[in-house]
Amino acid sequence: MSEMSAQSRGMRDVLLRNFRAMKGRAYPRIIGMNREPSWLFFDTLMPILSIAAFVYIYKAMNAPPQYIGYVIIGGAMTAYWMNVLWAMAAQLYWEKEIGNLQLYAIAPVSTMSVMAGMAVGGAFSTTIRAVSTILVGIMIFNVKFSMASPLLLTGIFVFTMIALYGMGMMFASLYMLWGREAWHISEVLTEPVYLLSGFYFPVKYLGTGVATIAALIPLTLGLDGMRQLLFPYAGDGFIPATHELLILTVLSAIFLVLAHYFLNYMETLAKKEGRLTLRWQ
Amino acid sequence: MAVEQIKNTLSRNFITFKTAAWLGWQMDSNWADPFLFIIYTIVKPISATFILVMMYVVVSGGSTAGSLFGFMYVGNAFYMYIFQILFGVTWVIHDDREHFQTIRYIYIAPSSFYAYVLGRSMSKLILTTVSVAITLAFGILFLGVPIGLGTVNIPMFLAVFFIGLASIVVFGLALAGISFLTAEHGMGMNEGLAGIFYLFAGVLYPIGTLPAWGAAFSKIIPLTYWLEGIRRSLIPTSTDPTLAAYSSGFLVYLMIISTIIFLILSIGIFRGAEHLARKQGKVDMLTSY
Repeated sequence: MSEMSAQSRGMRDVLLRNFRAMKGRAYPRIIGMNREPSWLFFDTLMPILSIAAFVYIYKAMNAPPQYIGYVIIGGAMTAYWMNVLWAMAAQLYWEKEIGNLQLYAIAPVSTMSVMAGMAVGGAFSTTIRAVSTILVGIMIFNVKFSMASPLLLTGIFVFTMIALYGMGMMFASLYMLWGREAWHISEVLTEPVYLLSGFYFPVKYLGTGVATIAALIPLTLGLDGMRQLLFPYAGDGFIPATHELLILTVLSAIFLVLAHYFLNYMETLAKKEGRLTLRWQ
Repeated sequence: MAVEQIKNTLSRNFITFKTAAWLGWQMDSNWADPFLFIIYTIVKPISATFILVMMYVVVSGGSTAGSLFGFMYVGNAFYMYIFQILFGVTWVIHDDREHFQTIRYIYIAPSSFYAYVLGRSMSKLILTTVSVAITLAFGILFLGVPIGLGTVNIPMFLAVFFIGLASIVVFGLALAGISFLTAEHGMGMNEGLAGIFYLFAGVLYPIGTLPAWGAAFSKIIPLTYWLEGIRRSLIPTSTDPTLAAYSSGFLVYLMIISTIIFLILSIGIFRGAEHLARKQGKVDMLTSY
């Protein structure tokens, strides 16, 4: 009995420690915004410039009004993709460069907790950027959204985030081994993903084959689902939003499990090859 | 004696420029094997272009025949120079200071820091030229972008192209100077200026599409005239209606004048920021950004 209680206490301690690690890693990302308020200016105003440019292309083409809404939603979601790419996946490269990665490796916590902390903190700060993009879109471009299915919309958004950040954790394991190529890989994953996921146009126009492959990127279905629910009259959806929610749920589970496996594997490999402390590659 | 001194200075600066260009090329290209590097060089610009192509064909119902398509396609292709060169020139300071921590050695070396910064950004210029060439070739061969060898005004293209490049480099040098003083805003500054140009310089649509104040603002950006000149030289029928009253010669004249003004400003900003950075001990600061 006492052995069992010791075991459960041990388990509780492990969980608590990992939760603290997660909280500890999320903290600087959230609090950092208070310490450097100018980030708000750069994170909210700068993205608006390129998003506005895309809006004006559609205006120049006399596109139907919902296309302006598509750009605003897509533009808001770019913030999450950039966050996943540069502040989740590539983060372990930065951590290696500044000497933190070895500290994560020797800490008595799971790397997943550290990554989860990054995800929570990153998603919080990114949400501010995304929300401000949408608000500016509503105010400047007079975009009108329908809120007919708020529950389904929330579900799609939440599971898009879980799957997306799970994918980010999975990528992070690769970045643990990489040097300068991390930077370039992140760059090369920007525009192609914007294209395949249909950030600025409905993904169904890429054709069923390409759109199906693109559905492996959680943002593809997330964006498509949210657009269908926010602009129900447009009829530009790829597959029904409820199916998209189901697929996103499955993707969330798959990416999180794969992330756990990959992170353990890559960390062991990085230790074996002595790459955890290798800087300036 | 004075001529000999000038010759020696130029020769030393050229060696610095050449060595920095080689270093920049190695840093930009030797992270991958040549095959992967070629794919990387092709995929990025083609994807960025295809986003716009898709936006266009989705609305037009599959056609790429309209005059706006050529306008947008050429503008987007040449905008790559704006983004990449601004980024390339500015990032040298940040990269050498924060990531490779080599700036103190380069800064105290008996060579021109200007020549070094310009040399380091050359690889970006070469890679961007490859990307632009691929994008244009793709557009002409597969998407019907109406650029014909017989209709291209080559002298005008060369004149406009090189003056415009000089103008972008000049902007970049001013930003590089400011980068001496700030680590955390380096990227935001680059993105911000590139974003302003993307929105207001008539890259993707005629500036008349913007609200009146936006179109007026476009007219004080030299790169608006650069893109207009490039388009006129490549596709004679592709003219921004708002700028149609300006002759091509006048565009070139405007560009030369504005580039000279910005050159003087940029030297002032660079030197001023450099002086402040030395005074405040920021030349080799480390902030982990």
